[in-house]
Amino acid sequence: MMSSDHDNHNRLYLTVWSGLLILTVVEVVLAYQTLPVALMLGLLLMLSFGKTGLILAYFMHLRYERLSLVLTIIPAVAFCIAMMFIFFPDGQRVLDLRQ
Amino acid sequence: MAEIANETGVSAWGGGGSPYAVSSKKLGMWLFLMSDTLTFTAFLIAYSYVRLASVEWPRPFGGMSIFMASVMTLCLLSSSLTMVMAVAAAKRQQIRQTVIWMVATIGGGVLFMILHINEWLTLIHEGVTPFGNPWGVPLFGASFFTLTGLHMTHVTGGVIYLAIVAFGFGKGRFEAEDVEVSGLYWHFVDLVWMFIFPMVYLLSNQM
Repeated sequence: MMSSDHDNHNRLYLTVWSGLLILTVVEVVLAYQTLPVALMLGLLLMLSFGKTGLILAYFMHLRYERLSLVLTIIPAVAFCIAMMFIFFPDGQRVLDLRQ
Repeated sequence: MAEIANETGVSAWGGGGSPYAVSSKKLGMWLFLMSDTLTFTAFLIAYSYVRLASVEWPRPFGGMSIFMASVMTLCLLSSSLTMVMAVAAAKRQQIRQTVIWMVATIGGGVLFMILHINEWLTLIHEGVTPFGNPWGVPLFGASFFTLTGLHMTHVTGGVIYLAIVAFGFGKGRFEAEDVEVSGLYWHFVDLVWMFIFPMVYLLSNQM
């Protein structure tokens, strides 16, 4: 029982690792396609957030922690990160001034 | 709020409870990682901000750079895999195996550092420094070296941290919990690279 549990865990970790490698390969292939920069950034970020989810859930064991811990960590950080996007309209303004 | 009580009949607000059911070490590491996430986000946003605000942003990364950056990603991802193996072995109290897996993790980290320093030296050789570059966009070097430099500092610190924990766990001075907490830090370093790699390297490759 103990040993099969152990094998199951190892298989899960290997699967997650393979998933992360596949997502990385998709990103590299995507980088060589001719797409508008904004669309490219969006797709790359989507893939990276997917990888983040895998790392947080399985490697950092967040899936097996209490929901209270997850709800303390993730929404607060996500909110603060979202607030930092407030700088981008200003970046556009500076670009307009320079052009 | 007296109605909110756990199975033992003690108020959940009376203190002494563990609402997260994790040790203080692990909670402390998670809190540190939350603040570190925001530091790295600030640097990534700063990089993106100056890139957006620049008329011409250099794209210095050729096929070789992208290949090396992909190998560096592979190093970090694989070292994360060996780290979860170390944590699993530590929980089973297999001390020898834990130390071996942790040494493998340190190996991945050191390989990453060597490749990254080599890449920096190539860029510096081409004239890219934190204060200027041949393309006349000094902000590129400034934001690039600050961001990757901070990440490198974390990798270096992580390698030292893991070495201390591996040595101490081998000597029986640290518990499985300490290995797990050091693992959280190492996965975080890996996680940050998952954003630096696409946003800095893949978006600046020479087409």
